[in-house]
Parts: sequence; structure tokens; C-alpha cells
Amino acid sequence: MEYVIEMLNIKKKFGTFYANNNITLQLEKGEIHALLGENGAGKSTLMNVLFGLYQPDGGEIRVKGKKVDITDPNVANDLGIGMVHQHFMLVENLTVTENIILGSEPTKMGTLNIKDSAKKVAEISKLYGLDVDPYAKIEDISVGMQQRVEILKTLYRGAEILIFDEPTASLTPQEIEELIRIMNKLIEEGKSIILITHKLQEIMSVSDRVTVIRKGEGIGTVTTAETNPEELATLMVGRQVTFKTEKGPSHPTEEILKIENLVVTDYRGIEKVKKLNLSVRRGEIVGLAGIDGNGQSELIEAITGLRKVKSGKIIMGDKDVTNKKPRQITENGLGHIPQDRHKHGLVLDFSVGYNSALQSYYQKPFSSNGLMNYKEVTKHANKLIADFDVRTQGEHELARALSGGNQQKLIIGREVDRNPDLLIAALPTRGLDVGAIEFIHKRLIEQRDQGKAVLLISFELDEVMNVSDQIAVIYDGAIVDTVIPAETSEQELGLFMAGHSKSEIVEGSDGAVLKEGDDDHV
Amino acid sequence: MSNRLINVLVPVISIILGLLVGAVVMLVSGYDPIAGYIALWNGIFGDSYAIGETIRQISPYILAGLAVAFAFRTGLFNIGVEGQLIVGWFAAAYVGMAFELPKIIHLPLALLAAAAAGAIWGLIPGLLKATLKVHEVIVTIMMNYIALHLVNALIKVVAKGGFKTDKIQDTASLRSDFLSELTDFSTLHYGIFVALFMVFIMWFILERMKLGYELKSVGFNENAAQYAGMSVKKNIVMAMVISGAFAGLGGAMEALGTFGNMSTRAGFTGIGFDGIAVALLGANTPLGVVFGASLFGSLKYGANNMPNAANIPIEIVSIVIALIIFFVACGYIIRVGLQRIGKNKEAK
Repeated sequence: MEYVIEMLNIKKKFGTFYANNNITLQLEKGEIHALLGENGAGKSTLMNVLFGLYQPDGGEIRVKGKKVDITDPNVANDLGIGMVHQHFMLVENLTVTENIILGSEPTKMGTLNIKDSAKKVAEISKLYGLDVDPYAKIEDISVGMQQRVEILKTLYRGAEILIFDEPTASLTPQEIEELIRIMNKLIEEGKSIILITHKLQEIMSVSDRVTVIRKGEGIGTVTTAETNPEELATLMVGRQVTFKTEKGPSHPTEEILKIENLVVTDYRGIEKVKKLNLSVRRGEIVGLAGIDGNGQSELIEAITGLRKVKSGKIIMGDKDVTNKKPRQITENGLGHIPQDRHKHGLVLDFSVGYNSALQSYYQKPFSSNGLMNYKEVTKHANKLIADFDVRTQGEHELARALSGGNQQKLIIGREVDRNPDLLIAALPTRGLDVGAIEFIHKRLIEQRDQGKAVLLISFELDEVMNVSDQIAVIYDGAIVDTVIPAETSEQELGLFMAGHSKSEIVEGSDGAVLKEGDDDHV
Repeated sequence: MSNRLINVLVPVISIILGLLVGAVVMLVSGYDPIAGYIALWNGIFGDSYAIGETIRQISPYILAGLAVAFAFRTGLFNIGVEGQLIVGWFAAAYVGMAFELPKIIHLPLALLAAAAAGAIWGLIPGLLKATLKVHEVIVTIMMNYIALHLVNALIKVVAKGGFKTDKIQDTASLRSDFLSELTDFSTLHYGIFVALFMVFIMWFILERMKLGYELKSVGFNENAAQYAGMSVKKNIVMAMVISGAFAGLGGAMEALGTFGNMSTRAGFTGIGFDGIAVALLGANTPLGVVFGASLFGSLKYGANNMPNAANIPIEIVSIVIALIIFFVACGYIIRVGLQRIGKNKEAK
């Protein structure tokens, strides 16, 4: 068999730490090759080496049998390698089309020819059902849309070899099926795919072969048809794994958040939250499941006071907090772990210490009579660092220098430490490794057990299923249904997330088939 | 190569490179660079008189630099320091001239008037930015022209048709016989202490006050500041007001110290615009501004001696001075270069 790409004994060192150590990956023409490993195992590093973002410290790369030196992404592009990044490489204040043509801008008589490009983008978008507006600005579109732009980018450039880096993280089961269809179509047309993931089911259903890496070491390559999820999990982690988060039953008491007929518009004045009703009680975790872009961001911003409400009511405790200022709402007992920790959660150029006081800097003991008391800020920061296991060189270190997981722990520490009655956790584990995810889930459950209310917004069905006591599914700006995790399945949730109501599922024959499929689910 | 060594080497190498390229310019133009630089040196440090005048020149640069740097720390680009300085100059000159009060009241009042005038000149673009999202760069540039011509008109009114205001009362003056005598009767005045005190004030606001914490938050990340319940609008206005007050005090240096009055002007003083470079050279930190202002002030003043003492035309002198400042501003490139050399050595 002909290999389109061979990565032989690749090594990549950061300081004294080997992110990749002797990893070999051989991609056959026309196959979907999964790259499996835990978060932090070195999958992204390996792919960044292939894509020319990192230079390997050892080993060699061959494309169609010829040894190549991929010095930068342009070289990778010329070799027909396209990458759909996990962390989007998009210019925030440019449009979708501008981002896609960036680096190879087409010109007409010396001026930029956006129109034709936009048309082409729209065509590809339509062809693969990506539903992307070519003229939307990146900063204005949701995280999920941004990912689709990344996929579009490689398709637009006609890559032969596509690397998908955790492409399904924000998709529903139905959408994943769509994506798999797209992938299979690409294969039919003679393209080859590397799929980076830690989701075993995906691998089983879509890939031809799997290469497993663990802690930077290549473990080996197996043929998918000859293996099973249990074996893959053991290979990946190096031990037997349990997938469930431990927690006792919930004891919900009084209602702490009540949302009535809420309508919120987005930046264009289009209604994104439409007559939404939601209730969260003390002592429970309500998971808000839904596909990105169905009004979650606008809902959170409305509750936290960052966005004006068009109509409807938000009641917290016994106070009406509709259209109140963020600080008034915060002081009314709200903690908020924001969706985008870099945009809202942290001042990256502030130290860890300064960031730890972001919500309470104006109160005693952190300041009095208009003067800051940085000694107290430092003391408090050190306490948070210890209590929430924030791995840092110290409170003086810039927040920018922390890893994503530690930045998130810092935010969670800051918010939980204020002892809020209601904690809104929006995508709290996005992009974090297994250890950090476990830690954060435990903290959320701890809050619940102390009689606080938690509203968890997540695109990860696993997370919603594992952590929540109640799941409210949001679709097109309204709650489709509220279910109890034990009484539902990922398939059913997926259908809710796609806008089907409960009656449709029970009555429809498709629904019955899907329900039978539950038992196969790991 | 250690960081400390690099920190020392960067400015030294920058200045040497600037001097070298400046020398080439002088050589090519047919002038003696050695004589030129000796004249420059003597113009700055040659005798106590020169030193006094140099320090006097530095004071308004410090304040103009503080004004730009302070706004910058909140994410605002105050190009209007020139206009704020002009209205401050006039306000100080007017209050200094028009009232008769004991010094202990008169001098602070005149300084306060200058700060207030500058603050108001900063308040307008601040308000426009906060409420209507009008970009502060456009508004502040336009405010400069309004300041220039409005003040010219006001001078004519105050001077009853003349072209300069009467001298200020002694009770409002920053002049100091002691400092003057110490520096061989230069025009050095107490303004330098006002400027240095304001350096401390800027540091205090940013590093010790709650206001500073908010201003910096807004400057670094408006979204996070909003999330934390800060009023972005209020902070934008505050930053422009304080920035304008610094600039207005820069004008007071000229009104109450150097000139003692104000004349109608055909064009800008240039101090406000140089303040942008001063702030950037000083990385927008209070102490950095003192460094930037010292470099600017001494080169500007010392350069006056080059045409007289070395017969170098003023145009060439301007180019040489600009080159030196240019290379200091390019310190980043030199830093990267040094680090690369260091790395290569390590690799071998």
C-alpha cells in the first residue's frame, strides 16, 4: 500500500520535556486514520509538526515517499496538507471569507476580489451543509460556527490530506453523523484524513486504522476492525478506566433562578432567545444542553447583565434582576465562569493575584477609601492558589503564562470563593485535560452539595449527562424539554438538540430505532 | 547572555548606533561630526547654565509624556496633549496675571487652573468616546486646532488687541532665584519638582489606587472589566480627564516658569506631539517617561548649540537628533539581535 504521509520516529522537545518521543504514523491513501490519545498526550504537537508549526527535534517526514522539510504552514499547504485546528486560527475582526482567503488573496486588477471568493465559500458551505455566512465577522459568530469556518478553509484550498483536530467537540450526535458523511465523501474523492480524537466511539464508527499515543510515546497502530473500545481505552490510558463522575443524589430546595418568557437579541437585533423559561433550584445542577449558537451565549449574557433583555423577566432569589448592571447582579449572589476565559474571565496581562480580585477588588479588605490593599490581594490569591490547586510560579506570574486548565481553576476559585447562591458555569472544561475536568466537575458537585445552585452550559453531552441533576435542552432560543439524566440517552438528547419534541420521538418510527440503539452506547 | 546585561546594553548600543549614523550624515553633508558632537555635549552638559536650561526643557516633556502614557495605559490614544497643554498654558498665564493673591494661594491656584483647563480639554473627547463611540484620535486632533486658535483669540482679548498677555504676578511664578543662581542664571525654575511630583502621582494612581486597578483593567481587557462590573465609560472619561490635567500642567511650566506669559502662536509648540514619543520611549511607565523626557529634552536643548559652535545647519542637526531618537526607539530590534547572538553561542 502506498503511504501519502509517513511520520517516522518523530521527536519534539519543549525544554527538557518530550511532548513527542519516537512516534510513527503512516497514512495510507484514501483512509481515515485516527490518532488517539488523552488530552496532553502529544497529539496536537505531532500534528503541529506535520503542519509546519513546530520543527521536529528528531525523526523524518515523508510525503508520497519523498523526505520533506515542512518549515512552515505554507509548505504544508503546498504539499496538500490542510488542518482543521482545535484552537481556531482565525482573525477575529475579519469576515469568514477574508479569513478563508487569508494568505492567498485573489486579486482582480490589483484589488482584492472578495465577491468571487465569497461566492465560492458559499458554494462549498452549501455543498457540505455547513451553513456559514461568508460575510459574517468571526468575532460575531459562535464558537461552533468558527470551527466550521476552519473546515471550510481547508476545503477551499483543496487540501489532499486533511487533519481534523478534535472536530466533534462541539457537535451533536446527528451533526457528527453529518461530518462522518462529509469525511466519507472526501475519501471517495481520493483524499486522506487524519482524525485526532479521544472519543472511542467516533473512532470505531469512522476510522480504518488507529495510531495510539500515550504521554508522548507511540504505543502502536491497530486496524479498527480488529479492535474494540475497551482495548483502545486501555491502550490510551494505560489502565482500566471509569467514565462516570461520582456523585450522590441531589436534594433541591427553593428556587433561586427563575426565567420567564425571556427574549434577548444578538448584535444584529435578531432574536436569539425566544420566550425562554427556565428554573434552577438550590441544591441542584441544571445542565443546559444544546448546539452552539442556539441562544446560550445570549442567555448567559442576559442573566449576568452583560446584555440587555428585550422582554421577559429574570428573577434571582426574590429580586428581579432583569436589565440590572453586572455588579448589582453579582452582589445579589451570582458567580459566573464565563464561556470565553480569555475574553471575559481574565485580564491576561494582569498577574494571577490581580486577577484573583477581579470581582471583589472594590470591597474590603482588598480596598478601602479608594486605595488598593495589595497585601490582602496577595494573601487571598495565595489562598486560592492553594485551595484550587492552581499550578503557577506564584501570584505575581501573569495570567497569560498559565496553562488553560490552571487559568480555569483560577477563575473557578475566584467565583466559588465568593460563595455565590447561583453559579453559572459556561463550558467550564473546554479544552482541558482529563485531570482538570475531573477536578472542576467535583467542585461543581461540591457547590451543589452545599445547597448552592449551578447552571452548567456545555456542548459536551458526556459532561451534561455526568454532572447534571436535570438537563434542559435549548434549541433555537427556547427550552425544548427538561429531562433527568438517568431517564434519557445521548441519542434522545441529540434529537432534542436538533429541535425535535418528545412527542415526535415517541411517536416516530425513527425514534424507536434510536431508542433501541441505547444499549450499544458506551 | 543575562537579562540584566541585555537591559544595560540595549540603550547603550542604541545611542551609539544613532550617533554613528548621525556622524555619517554629517560627514556626507561636509561637516565635522566630532566638532558637532562636542557642541551637542557642551550644549547639554557644558556648564552649569547649560545643565540648568536642559533640566528646564525636560519639565514640560515629562508632563506631556505622562499625559500620553496615562491615557495609553487605559487603552486610549491621546493625540490632544498639544491642545490640552496650550489651554493649560493660557489658563495659568491668565490666573497668574489677573489676580493678586498671596503666593501660597496664587501659585497653586494658577497650577490648578492649568490642570483644570487641560482636564476639560480631555473631558470632551472622553465623553464623546464613552457615550457616542467617537474615536478619541480624531476628536483630540481637532481639539488641538480649536485650542490653538481659541487661545490666540483669547490672548488678543486679554491683551486688548496685543499679541501677548501681560507678565504674571511674582506670586504666581515658579521662578526661583536660588535655582537660577545655582545654574549660572539660567531660567531653571521649580517646575521640575512639579513634574517629578506628578510622576509620583501617576505611579500612585496606577499602582496604589482602586481607580488605577480599574483603569488598567479597562486598558488591558475591556470585556473582562465589564464582566467584573466596572463601568468602562466612566473609566474612559476619567482617564482622559487625568491625562488632560497632566498636559495642562505641562502648559503651566511654560506660563509660570519659562516665559511668564503667553504670546499668540502661528503653530503648535510641538511639546505635546513629542510627548507621544516620550511616552513610547518610556514604555508608558512613570519612570520610563522621565527617561524619555530627559533624552528628548536634553537633545532638543543641546542641539541649539550645534549651529553656533560647529557651524552645522539646523536642518542637519534636526536629522541627527531624529536619528538618535529613532535608534533608541528601535531598542526592541537590538534586544532581539542580542538574544539571537546569545542563543547561537549557546547552541555551539
